[in-house]
Amino acid sequence: MASRTASYEGVAVAVPVTVPYERFTIRGAHWFIARALKQLVEGAGISKDEIDGLCVASFTLAPDSAVGLTQHLGLSTRWLDHVPMGGASGIVSLRRAARAVQAGDAEIVACIAGDTNHVDSFRLSTATFSMFAQDAVYPYGAGGPNTSFAFLTAYYMRKYGATSQDFGRLCVAQRANALHFPHALFKKPLTLDEYLNARLVADPLRLFDCVMPCAGAEAFLVMSEDRAKRLGLPHARLTSAIERHNAFRDDPVQDRGGWAMDRDCLYETAGVGPADIDLVEVYDDYPVICVLQLEDLGFCGKGEGPDFIRRHSFEVNGSFPYNTSGGQLSIGQAGAAGGTLGLVEAIRQLTGQTLGAKVEKARHALVSGFGMINFDRGLCTGAAILAAT
Amino acid sequence: MSETIKRPKRKNPILRTRSPTLPPDRRSRIALGLVRGAAQGKLELQRCADCGTVQYPPREACVRCLSAELEWTLMSGRGELVSETMLRHSQELFFRERVPWRLGLIRLTEGVSLVAHLDARCGPAPSTVKVEAALDRAGQAVLVARPDAGDAALADDPKLRDMTSDPRFRKVLVTDAKSPVGQAVVRTVLEAGADLVWAGHCEPWKKPPGWPAIAELPKTMLVPLDVTDTRSVNELAAELGFKVDIVINTAEHHRTFGLFGRAGVETAKAEMETNCFGLLRLAQAFGPIMQARGADGDASAVAWVNLLSIYALSNFPQHATYSASMAAALSVAQALRAEMRVAGIRVVNIFPGPIDDEWNQLLLPPKLAPSAVARAIVAALKGSVEDVYPGDIAQDWLARFRDNPKALERELGR
Repeated sequence: MASRTASYEGVAVAVPVTVPYERFTIRGAHWFIARALKQLVEGAGISKDEIDGLCVASFTLAPDSAVGLTQHLGLSTRWLDHVPMGGASGIVSLRRAARAVQAGDAEIVACIAGDTNHVDSFRLSTATFSMFAQDAVYPYGAGGPNTSFAFLTAYYMRKYGATSQDFGRLCVAQRANALHFPHALFKKPLTLDEYLNARLVADPLRLFDCVMPCAGAEAFLVMSEDRAKRLGLPHARLTSAIERHNAFRDDPVQDRGGWAMDRDCLYETAGVGPADIDLVEVYDDYPVICVLQLEDLGFCGKGEGPDFIRRHSFEVNGSFPYNTSGGQLSIGQAGAAGGTLGLVEAIRQLTGQTLGAKVEKARHALVSGFGMINFDRGLCTGAAILAAT
Repeated sequence: MSETIKRPKRKNPILRTRSPTLPPDRRSRIALGLVRGAAQGKLELQRCADCGTVQYPPREACVRCLSAELEWTLMSGRGELVSETMLRHSQELFFRERVPWRLGLIRLTEGVSLVAHLDARCGPAPSTVKVEAALDRAGQAVLVARPDAGDAALADDPKLRDMTSDPRFRKVLVTDAKSPVGQAVVRTVLEAGADLVWAGHCEPWKKPPGWPAIAELPKTMLVPLDVTDTRSVNELAAELGFKVDIVINTAEHHRTFGLFGRAGVETAKAEMETNCFGLLRLAQAFGPIMQARGADGDASAVAWVNLLSIYALSNFPQHATYSASMAAALSVAQALRAEMRVAGIRVVNIFPGPIDDEWNQLLLPPKLAPSAVARAIVAALKGSVEDVYPGDIAQDWLARFRDNPKALERELGR
């Protein structure tokens, strides 16, 4: 049974911000986070000093944390958090910021996720990503997350009969969506043939199954609906959010995530069901995890993902609008920003501020996050439902 | 003997000799617990003394009951390959030079999941496998999943051959080939497929039993080598050091006196001169040259074996000065291991109990036949270990040493 959670009533999300992505940069993470903060302030039409809460997610900020950023950026907040949860950090930041706003601990919280990407930084970060990764995964081929997702993908394909074509259809649709999105690093259409004939990276994963690391930032503001109205900001309402860490720890191989444990709570709190959702933004560093999210969030049953993919189209104007800006697979993975990308896109869709193609009459968006392959599986899951005003 | 390993092509002298690269060797201190078993070829994982839960990766507390009482415990290694991949892209040079590289996700019967190097002969997932601990070229403990049935050698998988120092097609220097152990080592290494054995010998007037036959062996070349003479060692290194793939240092000097058995330090000096300084001379002369050949094609410089003694762990007062020299040699060998590691060259230490030779005449059995010592050395090279305690006495002393070194000290002093 889902455990009850207090309502998120009165919480607004606004000012969706993307700092344009770069494949490689010589700048530090602070630069991207600072650009995001400036856009937030300008977008909201407030002074920097009105931001009294800051929540940061970044892999490449070391030796700093959110603490150092307050002085680096001249902020004086009364609420501060650092969420080291990779692809789940956007949802978790939103949850925490929402509660802070509800409780009055902060009035305007800036949630910023950003990372730099130097030529060698991906290797350095995967080598010591976690204690278990360093001790028990990286010495085995040093493949980084490709290795772990290859295991999950091969297992899922064997157990549920998914094919490369199934995963390919998601990737191809995302690319079509990305072609409308100005910040996507991938600018060329992708055909299913190109997807299927791309070089193998870690069997069964091919090139376009793997997210491309880059630099960039994503950000949004959390405040009360009243405040958003007073500021005249287009905003969406947070209606529900869940998070879970290290779910189903006895499964021999991860083929479900914490969403399956908490989705009843998610929909119950929001007062809607999967059928009411108009667009879905899932965490997509590899397509297999997208399928797990579609299943575990109740859009189809466990193992029915492949059939679901065959029955639906995933473009912005398709039967199941999904990863409408192209997702990380076609935009790029700017470190922890990858976990906030979907949230920012959902806010844009619900508030009529899209940079790319628009989902017509979108009322409810479901955003889902997944992060931190600590050893053999991703540990952090989260999801949120946003509603248009 | 391996049939799948092909004779390496002759080296192209025009091409640059590649520099050795190593697999990632960073580990948390708790994860280094795996090395203790792996050094002897044993798969030991943490087991909770309070609730019996087996866990992996290594942790600071029991994942089930949070107890801190964790014991490294021998595992059967049996498990199921639940998923696999062929990695074709790597972040690290070592693997970039070796991809495609097969990896498996395995569920042990103890209920833990682990990532392991996957032997090419394992069936596709799902299939039954046996997980073993091995030492990679960085000298770190790693897990290798092998076929559950059969006894295919590790070196038969070309990708996993790097985990071994298989003497097949390699050139081996035996520093003292004249002693009973030395003669046995020459024969056993040749049987294992070595391309060439340089049989070191000094004191040419000495012709012990069996020695003339060694000189007649094919692929064997007698070379003068006196490890107590720096010039002799340096001359040999200058002549053939750049061709040596494996050094097996069998040179030893052994007298059987307690501390008061001989006045003065001459006996002790002679033992140190061979057992400790001899190793030091060899290390200084051959080590740097071998280091440069750590990645010299398929038959690169690969290993250095020291014939030490179980007395190196704890002094056996009846052989007091010999024990002391072996303890000193062990210390030098540890330093040599650290130096050679950067080139991926393995230093293997052999700690036999009493060998059945003239200097152990008065010791009661069990004693190790020289051929058994030679087999242990070659098995160590074919496998993936760095510390070998051959024979019942060595195993017994090791167990007692690990259990309580002070107790062993008292027991040996009786």
